[in-house]
Amino acid sequence: MGIVTPGFRGRPRSSGPELPPGQYLTEDFPVLSAGPTPRVPMDRWEFVITTETSREHRWTWDDLMALPSETPTVDIHCVTKWSKLGTTWQGVSLDTLMSDVDTAADYAFVHSYGGYTTNLPLADLLDGQAWVAFKFDGEDLHPEHGGPARLLVPHLYFWKSAKWVRGIQLRFDDEPGFWETAGYHDYGDPWREQRYQGD
Amino acid sequence: MARAAVPGRLTWRVGTLAEARAETPTARTLVLDVPGWPGHLPGQHVDVRLTAEDGYSTQRSYSIAAPADGERVELTIQAVPDGEVSPYLTEVFSPGDPVELRGPVGGWFVWRTTAMDPVLLVGGGSGIVPLMAMIRARRAAGSRVPFRLIYSVRTPDDVYYADELRRRARDDAGLDVTFAYTREVPDGWPHPPRRVGVADVNTNGWPPALTPDCFVCGPTGFVETVADILVALGHDPRRVRTERFGPTGG
Repeated sequence: MGIVTPGFRGRPRSSGPELPPGQYLTEDFPVLSAGPTPRVPMDRWEFVITTETSREHRWTWDDLMALPSETPTVDIHCVTKWSKLGTTWQGVSLDTLMSDVDTAADYAFVHSYGGYTTNLPLADLLDGQAWVAFKFDGEDLHPEHGGPARLLVPHLYFWKSAKWVRGIQLRFDDEPGFWETAGYHDYGDPWREQRYQGD
Repeated sequence: MARAAVPGRLTWRVGTLAEARAETPTARTLVLDVPGWPGHLPGQHVDVRLTAEDGYSTQRSYSIAAPADGERVELTIQAVPDGEVSPYLTEVFSPGDPVELRGPVGGWFVWRTTAMDPVLLVGGGSGIVPLMAMIRARRAAGSRVPFRLIYSVRTPDDVYYADELRRRARDDAGLDVTFAYTREVPDGWPHPPRRVGVADVNTNGWPPALTPDCFVCGPTGFVETVADILVALGHDPRRVRTERFGPTGG
């Protein structure tokens, strides 16, 4: 336990759901990003998975829409301390997208329209843990929240769920992404409070 | 996007409130003494952890308001109605009280005093805080880089650092300060209250050809609008750095 801050009581906390350490609950959907919101022309939108042997697997928007989608309801946790529970999305599972991808890679380097990048182990994208999401709460995903499509990896801090996702590069080594290079954690498990490098 | 330097491991430190100053009726600057503080860059923030007597603990992030100055860390905090932490920090937390913090955090929304390109700062409400750290750092470092600040507030009473901004606009050569009032204007103001628009950014910012570094900080809607305007005016999106926050930061 940290040192007591004199006179600080916090909110009443008899019933609420358990949150990861240091997080608080919000009903809003705050927006965090490092620059302007990119506007992606749909006729040129594409999502590309590139393997460690430079083999490319490419989907246009129509290709993505033609794939079977899922509607996961998940909790999300932002490193800036807010958590939002029971959010409902629609997207294509990474298991579906990876089904024809032949790879021995251990890591994924995710890149986005606008230049954002993030990294995570490939295993964390598989087995029903991650989606390329294009709807939130039944509506098209708003550009501020990553539309037309973002990665959704709810079991990690939300900066891993790259907005405006454009592709994934599969690698043998773990290449730090945008925030990871700036000192944020390479894995980012909210329940272990892995906010920054060394946590 | 460019890469920032990798900082070392961030440890929790205990800071003590040395001094507090009211900025507006609802915002307060906390001057903390933090033994072992490693220093920071203008624009960075800290994580603050508060712990109640029963062990309950919660954290918030706050922008640092002043450049590195030994073991002193200045934060300006806006009281959010019904907030859990900000009303405590603005109304209860007293000189001599301890609080835990760690940082500095964030290597992207920073201005380095060695940078040479003109700077445009656009702040909405409490979004002025990290921008003020840049303005103060510019002066402290004797930088001559031209700075322009566009500061959007609801009413004249909501202006943070009002006297200091007036003084710096007069004395800090190369710093221009423009106010935009969205709800209520001062007496004699040339136009009624309005939100920052294309004309304001075009008139009071820099031409894209000068390749300015643009820093935009404030509530989400404000930042979205201003960042979109900057891109529409021809600024390179990679030179537009944003920091967004909403009322949930309480």
